[in-house]
Amino acid sequence: MSGKIPIAKTYKLFINGAFPRSESGRTFSVDNPEGELIANVSQASRKDFREAVRAARSAQSPWASRTAYNRGQILYRVAEMLESRKIEFVELLKNIGLNSKAAKSEVEEAIHRWVWYAGWSDKYSQVLGSVNPVSGPYFNFTVPEPTGVVGIIAPAEPSMMGLVSRLAPAIVSGNTVVVVSQGQSSLTSITIGEVLATSDVPEGVVNILTGDQSELLPWMIGHMDVNAVDISGISPETDHTLLEEASLNVKRVVSRKVEEESLELISDFLEMKTIWHPVGR
Amino acid sequence: MGNSNSKDGSALEDFGIEYASAIESTSLVNIKDNYGLFIDGDFVASSSGKSFETLDPSTEKSLSVVTEASPEDVDRAVQAARVSYEKYWKKMSGADRGRYLFRIARHLQERAREFAVLETLDGGKPIKESRDVDLPLAAAHFFYHAGWADKLEYAFPQRELEPHGVVGQIIPWNFPLLMAAWKLAPALACGNTVVLKPAETTPLTALLLAEVIRDVDLPPGVINIVTGAGETGSAIVEHPEVNKLAFTGSTEVGKLIQRSAVKRNLPLTLELGGKAPHVIFEDAALDQAIEGVINGIFFNQGHVCCAGSRLLVQESIADNFIDRLQKRIELLRVGNPLDKNTDIGAINSKAQLERIDQLVKAGIEEGAEVFKPSCSLPDNGYWYPPTVLTGVQQSHRVAREEIFGPVLVVQTFRTPEEALEKANNTPYGLSAGIWTEKGSLIHWMAERLRAGVIWANTFNKFDPASPFGGYKESGFGREGGMHGLGAYLKNTGGSS
Amino acid sequence: MPTSNITFGKTGSAIKVIPVDEVSLEARAASLATRSIKTNSKRAALHLSIRCMDLTTLEGADTPEKVASLCQKAKRPDPSNHDVPSVAAVCIYPEMVHYAVKATEGSNVKVASVAGAFPSGLSTIEARIADIADAVKRGADEIDIVLNRSAFLAGDEQRAFEEIVASKDACGEAHLKVILEVGELGSYDKIRQASMLAMTAGADFIKTSTGKISQASSLPRVLCMAEAVRDFAYQTNISVGIKAAGGIRTAKQAWHYLVVIGETLGTEWLNPEMFRIGASGLLNDVLLQLNRLDSGSYSGPDYVTVD
Repeated sequence: MSGKIPIAKTYKLFINGAFPRSESGRTFSVDNPEGELIANVSQASRKDFREAVRAARSAQSPWASRTAYNRGQILYRVAEMLESRKIEFVELLKNIGLNSKAAKSEVEEAIHRWVWYAGWSDKYSQVLGSVNPVSGPYFNFTVPEPTGVVGIIAPAEPSMMGLVSRLAPAIVSGNTVVVVSQGQSSLTSITIGEVLATSDVPEGVVNILTGDQSELLPWMIGHMDVNAVDISGISPETDHTLLEEASLNVKRVVSRKVEEESLELISDFLEMKTIWHPVGR
Repeated sequence: MGNSNSKDGSALEDFGIEYASAIESTSLVNIKDNYGLFIDGDFVASSSGKSFETLDPSTEKSLSVVTEASPEDVDRAVQAARVSYEKYWKKMSGADRGRYLFRIARHLQERAREFAVLETLDGGKPIKESRDVDLPLAAAHFFYHAGWADKLEYAFPQRELEPHGVVGQIIPWNFPLLMAAWKLAPALACGNTVVLKPAETTPLTALLLAEVIRDVDLPPGVINIVTGAGETGSAIVEHPEVNKLAFTGSTEVGKLIQRSAVKRNLPLTLELGGKAPHVIFEDAALDQAIEGVINGIFFNQGHVCCAGSRLLVQESIADNFIDRLQKRIELLRVGNPLDKNTDIGAINSKAQLERIDQLVKAGIEEGAEVFKPSCSLPDNGYWYPPTVLTGVQQSHRVAREEIFGPVLVVQTFRTPEEALEKANNTPYGLSAGIWTEKGSLIHWMAERLRAGVIWANTFNKFDPASPFGGYKESGFGREGGMHGLGAYLKNTGGSS
Repeated sequence: MPTSNITFGKTGSAIKVIPVDEVSLEARAASLATRSIKTNSKRAALHLSIRCMDLTTLEGADTPEKVASLCQKAKRPDPSNHDVPSVAAVCIYPEMVHYAVKATEGSNVKVASVAGAFPSGLSTIEARIADIADAVKRGADEIDIVLNRSAFLAGDEQRAFEEIVASKDACGEAHLKVILEVGELGSYDKIRQASMLAMTAGADFIKTSTGKISQASSLPRVLCMAEAVRDFAYQTNISVGIKAAGGIRTAKQAWHYLVVIGETLGTEWLNPEMFRIGASGLLNDVLLQLNRLDSGSYSGPDYVTVD
């Protein structure tokens, strides 16, 4: 009889809507707290990172051009898809060491976070934008626009809430992202990628690389086509002088509490555009 | 008379308007022989005893001797700002902080002509601009932010509002007093104390502002003004007790500052260079577009980070437009900045003049055609005529690098898509201009241009209520408006 | 003629009409008004504004004596100073042409007559043409007619155009000034269109206003017309004159107009062949300013003649 031997999932990278292995052919192992192998995970190289940035760049303008309503619907769809795979995520979190209650509550919170940001999609412009009373015959208004391509260092923990808390506020406004995730959180990250792949999120909007943060971080910080980086999830032992290279293209560098939920997180990856036009006949 | 150019030869036609040399009087301005550093409410000497001269760039004559702040002096200033923050400013109500800002605004209005003349003397900009733009706007910035000081919770509802503490601010030479106002007013309104460094070629109006600060009885140490060049600036940037940095200046220096700040997670705002596209569609109000282009590139000798330095004209009207533009440029009056009829003043410094000259020569070598009007330039001082480079390709240095002078680079396009592609093809993203009478095209372009300020059917307009700042390598953070306040409060957005 | 998008006239003469941005136009006019004129140019500027002046009386109460007095003033604005030039023309109603011709005989002062159902223009075209022909017959050198704003604003530009063509025919040797009545047109775009229409139809001058409504000449309106004139010359090589009329009362205002014309069209336009100021009260202020230049002290109204 078949069916007795469980089929283990191969954890691959998530680039441009597909799940390729690393071009380097490398993997790293993720164990459970008992030291048993859970999975061999693809270890992304700088070339994988480059491909992910390309995908994010070409997806950015179309994603930003979607209506806010449509982006909100897609983020809500992510919540729906997560809800339907709740059990899988709970099991995954338990597998990497959370107790059942903690695992359940983290998944619930993560689902709600998508719902919260989904609702912001067609509101943050109203809250953050403005009509400015300039002293002259001009109509002057300020609207927020997405910064562009954002690099995100996924926090090691909480592995699900950490990533969701960084990801949702970045993409809701039309940014596209390249996530670098390492260690145990890689499993949650890639599984979230699987959810995104089936949630109408267009290919390239979110790209998730698993691997060694210290190997990929310099490439992220120095990449001239990455407009902003979220380093909230950076390892405490990281040498901060690495960040100097962010100045090569004047990257926005953002660091927040990993689980923060706020409108300011959306505005971290927005540029304010002010438009002047004369008022006349 | 009539439909011909014939004249009856009555000797009437030889009349031409000669404008007066309407020189603004300098008698209002009392420049001292030398200036100390303004620290803790007093003018003090430097620990190092070093000083430097500041010149009138239109004559190359020395105006005064200014103290060069050493790292120890900067430290003294930071300590004064710290003590003042703890002792007075942190404890003061927003309403009272606002009252000080209102007072500063009023004093600037009262002494506007004096400030304007001094600005023109020290920086070389036409008096018409310092009088009609720099001064009114500087006063307006203080006035605008004064009102915010006790209303911050309306700007950021549901946030815990806390100032950073001591703010280090470094400003450029193109709008010396106005940039000081842009920096000081929001910082103070939000409850920070400040160490400000004006540019080394234009320190005098900031030092006159120090007098105003004393006259309005601002508590000592709330604003400290340290003069000097790069070394003084790095002493502020590197000082471990500075809690936030704000810089306006070149992208090159901005990057160095970011290098230093980012590894310390130090809040930072940068307002850097630009290479703004100025896009003219064939259906534009062409006579006004010409004025917009002129104002866009020749305002303040082109020493403007948001200058419309790349003209993109639709090919169908290009020859016609450039022809009209050249005729208009012939009418520009270059000369004595104190003359009220002067349109273009002196280049700010010898170094800047050399840079402009070098870049234009590079453009000509790369194949650009150069147009300069037939105006004569004064013998002494630093001057560069209004210049137009045509036949420029996207790959040319003059199309990519910021010239920061009265030099316009002209390219053409055929379709809105092509205009947009060329406009956005730059590492900069500070401003952009659009001229068309078609409303939907304005919005289509405005939505897609990657720049922080879009001027549609106008250019180079500024207002304290209007947020200003760049995308990409033009910097981050906004100055002005509600959005500008965020940079001076913790956790209200912004990068490092 | 080059590019076309608006066509006036049976012959299909195609003239491009460029839009106008109000805010930017007014800002430009305001900035030109801050130019200051050199003291030793002031006398020349004052003399020029006199030479370009159409001294005007257009009242129902005008009489032969009133017109005679005006003509005397036109010929010799300052009886005590022979350096002061005569004005360009006197501007009057057709009924007064005869007296004006007599009173200006032997001088350089031209006689300009309003005609064509001035100031509304709303009588039959036949009556208006007859009015023009009559004024010419009486000896008018120049005819000031109004644009048919009724037709123009109702969208019948063709009719407005053809009436100007017919008026021009009726003028014969006399020069035709077309009054746009800019205060009724509602926007600078319309002023620009009307300017182009009138020039294309053959106007020798385009003129701002009748002086009969409160919205008359202004610096930005004249700037708008000057830009149209510049553009028309650019497109056709034909130079058309400009007349600013209504509300111009001070020497300083007159200088501002000279600056606007000089900076927009060049000094070729700074002569009475190409530029006129229609005014009644301006002359005395200019004379007062000239007195001030001569004497060094401020003059008073008792030292210039009333008319």
